[in-house]
Amino acid sequence: MQAETEHDRSFTQIVRKPQALVAAARNNVELWANLLIIGWALGFMLWQGVGFAITVGTVFAIWAILSVSLNLVVGFTGLLSVGHVGFFGIGAYTVAILTSDAKYEQLRTEAIPTFGWPFFAALPLGVLLAGIVAIAVGVVFNRFRDDIYVLVSFGFAIISFNVFLNWRNLTRGAFGIHEIPRPAVGSWVLDRELEFLIFALALLGLIMLLSWLIVTSSFGRVLTAIREDEQAIAVFGYRTTHYKLAVWTISAMMAGLAGGLFASWTRFVDPNSFILLESMLLVAIVILGGLATIWGSLLGAMAFVLLEEGMRFLPFLPAIHIGQARLVVLGILLVLLMLFRPQGLVGRYRL
Amino acid sequence: MDTPQESNQPQIPNPPPVADTQGKAVHDGPILELSGISVHYGAVIALNDVSLGVRRGEVVAVMGPNGAGKSTVLKAIMGLAPVVAGEVFWRKAPLAAATHEIVKEGIAFVPQGRRVFTHLTIEENLEMGCLHLKDKAEKQRRLDGVMRIFPILQSKRGDLASAMSGGQQQMLALGRGLMAAPDVLLLDEPTLGLAPIVVKEVFDKVSEISDELKTTIMIVEHNIKGVLDIVDRAHVLDKGRIVFTGTPNAIRSSDILTHVFLGKSGAS
Repeated sequence: MQAETEHDRSFTQIVRKPQALVAAARNNVELWANLLIIGWALGFMLWQGVGFAITVGTVFAIWAILSVSLNLVVGFTGLLSVGHVGFFGIGAYTVAILTSDAKYEQLRTEAIPTFGWPFFAALPLGVLLAGIVAIAVGVVFNRFRDDIYVLVSFGFAIISFNVFLNWRNLTRGAFGIHEIPRPAVGSWVLDRELEFLIFALALLGLIMLLSWLIVTSSFGRVLTAIREDEQAIAVFGYRTTHYKLAVWTISAMMAGLAGGLFASWTRFVDPNSFILLESMLLVAIVILGGLATIWGSLLGAMAFVLLEEGMRFLPFLPAIHIGQARLVVLGILLVLLMLFRPQGLVGRYRL
Repeated sequence: MDTPQESNQPQIPNPPPVADTQGKAVHDGPILELSGISVHYGAVIALNDVSLGVRRGEVVAVMGPNGAGKSTVLKAIMGLAPVVAGEVFWRKAPLAAATHEIVKEGIAFVPQGRRVFTHLTIEENLEMGCLHLKDKAEKQRRLDGVMRIFPILQSKRGDLASAMSGGQQQMLALGRGLMAAPDVLLLDEPTLGLAPIVVKEVFDKVSEISDELKTTIMIVEHNIKGVLDIVDRAHVLDKGRIVFTGTPNAIRSSDILTHVFLGKSGAS
């Protein structure tokens, strides 16, 4: 991994000498990346109207929670996990199963138990369940490093998808779970899209704050040290497996939160939302935005969502090919990025 | 292969009085001792029945050609090497602590290749050396102490370690080890890959640590000429066995180094 300290230095130069701003900005890729994506987002809002922007904003908030949480593991601790979607799914399915509407039950082709819990009771349980599974999985994963870690996390993503698909008397398998209610506080239901967007952004803010507290603490410094040289840090009296397990579990719980939010927002979950590809896209977002930077994960998620949603409206693309075309463009973008800016848009480290 | 002077018997428990070249007080009995240690990496025998020790206040070198097993000696102490036979004694009791607990026992390890955390600042790197320490005042006292020995770290304390030269990173690695306030400091090839003038500086600092902090030091080195000037005793390893133990003068006057480094079957 390479250091990228130029930005820090150029920033202090700007503060000391404002006239250097223009000169510094010209070569400041990070500044341009920020301006480009924020400008793109604003332009998109003007182009497609505020209504659609609210939808896109909610998708962004969910992806951003996921990418910030994954960055704790991949960027800050250096454990390349492609199994994050499993925890996302656990959170989503927990909320879906516990809250889905009882009245809908008789219409189901395959019956599953109905609980009819309120969203705010189910969400903490989903987060907790993701955490418990993460501890169980993490104890095993801690034995591995680097490329083997990628493979075992790959295995976790496959297993979790197959559990969602095949545990049919709990998840209804491929039929999916319908009639998941929106969050409600008493009689106030977050039914309007704008209300839900604000709720999602508030959760995102909470996750960002929590992540910031983690990475700036001494705990976060040990994580950085683990990424750089796990054996060296073990020699100084750190039980690195505990630190890795802790950050892994916290990250998984955040993903579980995003899952609960997702289930309640789409009001429908099925296993197709939790395939390995989603995990890969998530890793791509984290790398695109930049490893070990919270802001970078936001930029990455924003760029991804704008790309994905924005391409729906390209006139020269036939509607049936848009789904695949988005992935092709994303793939090309990633290859270009790895060639010309391997540390991501605003990242400090390289994989 | 015959060796000129076989001395891999456990000779340390009752050591003969050793001429102390630097006039320092040498206490009786080793504080840290390896007894009959064998380390196997699969079919490769890295250490074969090695017994050596270091007494309180001493600076002891472990020397030998590449592949002799020098670094493995330190790794065996730190629990980082697969020890198949023998035991490490710490203050006359078996050292049973896991790797991450050894630093709390009073043994700090400065690994080969410096291995500083390049994305942390110098101060954060130093703090990594004693995070088990909860007492903030004590931490600050140690920080000040290390900064006094290494003024370069003081002037660059907020910089990222990646911005330092190799020599400065080695000073940082030494300082990070000292942050644990160890009784014994294990140094693995501290001059590897450094320019000659920096090598001299590193050896001077090692002497300074020994003189001022009275830290016991075991140093694994390939740079024989430099290291013999600063140590009280040295163990020479060849092919995983100890072939010679003695003072720098005894080593200089014997042909053991010629023998193990150049492979000449010297007269003994």
